[in-house]
Amino acid sequence: MIDLATLTIKEARKKLDSKVFSAVDLASAYLGEINKKNKELNAYLEIYDDVLEQAKTADEMIKKGESYPLLGIPLAIKDVILIKGRKVSAASKILENYTASYDATVIAKLKQQGAVFLGRTNTDEFAMGGSTENSAYGVTKNPHDLERVAGGSSGGSVVAVAANMALGALGSDTGGSVREPAAFCGIVGFKPTYGRVSRHGLIAMGSSLDCIGQVAKNTADAQIIFDAVAGHDTLDSTSIEDTTYPKTKAKKELTIGVPWELALGEGVSPAVKENFKKTVEQLKLLGFKIKDVSLKNLEMSLAVYYIIMPAEASTNLARFDGVRYGLHKSGKNLLEDYKLTKGAGFGKEVRRRILIGTYVLSAGYFDAYYGKAQLIRSALKQEFSKAFESVDLVLTPTAPDVAWKIGEKNDPLSAYLADIFTVTANILGVPAISLPSGIVEVSGKKLPLGIQFMAPFGAEELLFEVGKKFEEAKDQIVL
Amino acid sequence: MELSEEEKSSLLADMQEILNYVKVIEKAKLHKSETEYALKNVWREDLAASAGGPLPDFSADLITGQFPDAKDGYLKVKKIL
Repeated sequence: MIDLATLTIKEARKKLDSKVFSAVDLASAYLGEINKKNKELNAYLEIYDDVLEQAKTADEMIKKGESYPLLGIPLAIKDVILIKGRKVSAASKILENYTASYDATVIAKLKQQGAVFLGRTNTDEFAMGGSTENSAYGVTKNPHDLERVAGGSSGGSVVAVAANMALGALGSDTGGSVREPAAFCGIVGFKPTYGRVSRHGLIAMGSSLDCIGQVAKNTADAQIIFDAVAGHDTLDSTSIEDTTYPKTKAKKELTIGVPWELALGEGVSPAVKENFKKTVEQLKLLGFKIKDVSLKNLEMSLAVYYIIMPAEASTNLARFDGVRYGLHKSGKNLLEDYKLTKGAGFGKEVRRRILIGTYVLSAGYFDAYYGKAQLIRSALKQEFSKAFESVDLVLTPTAPDVAWKIGEKNDPLSAYLADIFTVTANILGVPAISLPSGIVEVSGKKLPLGIQFMAPFGAEELLFEVGKKFEEAKDQIVL
Repeated sequence: MELSEEEKSSLLADMQEILNYVKVIEKAKLHKSETEYALKNVWREDLAASAGGPLPDFSADLITGQFPDAKDGYLKVKKIL
């Protein structure tokens, strides 16, 4: 019997290599958990039928003495990442029967290591949302309280890991889609520097914001998955080289900047504020220096995001027209084909964002919305580079509140406000991590909270460092 | 994109609310009136892996097999003009 609740990738690697259990044993254990829980939680949209065969192949590799960090490790993949010959739908009706014709670069890299893909996980349609309530295939439930959302859009990947239905997972993060669900479900969510992980084979939403992110139980595991999938790729023209950004020098003492006005601002729940203040005190005890930072345009981040992202999404989604693949609705002529296919294939939130996007890009409003948003984006980049001259990391809560009740946020804007802390990292392109920071009891249920660190361009290692220190300390200090 | 009358009115209300919110960008304190882009062109050879290029092997069968309408291996599209 493998204890999946306490198992980590690091631990599993040792046990697979020393033959305490086989990859088939491990995959079978996960399939057992999935059978028990997935119906209720709806984390997976599809469990692959060849999981045990993949595991057998991994065992043969192990037998030959091969060892890679993810060899034989069962992973969940968000339904927006292409695996050749397998279905990928972006949780949309428009791609319901679409089969990928090539492997995403991240998938090719995981295959080389012999990782085992358990299945594809639920998401908001085209990754548009923060709760998976916008999926065309039903909401993913939070394992800590089945009446609440898992967060999103990578809710399926996060719940798969949080409920021991996968040892790790890939998600995508355009405005917090890995970090916010990770905070809601009490695990680690990682968003790399823009361009660090290839986007080739990721179904695009906002191309200047999209990143493939890592989901794991702890920082060390997130780092293992990140290391496996990161690297320059000629197939993604926005991919960066290892040398694109200067290496950060190792420091004895890290300084953490806190934008207090935003972190304890309007719309942040009392429980989050209290947890955040406690966490800052704890970080001080751990030897981190805390410094106030004030960024004058930081409060603009969310508005800037909700202009740039739909603008880019409306452009990216134009390709789903029913001509070459996916859903096809036939009309009297080609234009009618387009209209009917898109009308039948896209869900409400996707339609909303396409319309907002085309509106802010339209000739009459371009300067007022998209043009202005890009100007603020540039200004924010400058403000952050200046801030990062005096601090190594910037700390905020991950989300302004705990996971909300399913159906509770029925107007789009109230759901968008949940992204207030996470969108900035995508607008800037810097790496960020969400770490579990404690539990709050709400009507008898214990709900997780999270904190988020942002680091300068290319400084992923600072996030891994602070994450590991914070986790070690959490075992000793009770929040 | 085909929208029903009912949907148009509910989407319009949502759009007004969202646009009203994002209008806060009017209040941004900016010094510059031009966006600074640090952009450059990135080129690669457009060659498939089988021809020694960087492109992976796409499955032609998976691509053509998913055409909604095809004739002799070609994608069939309704006439445009």
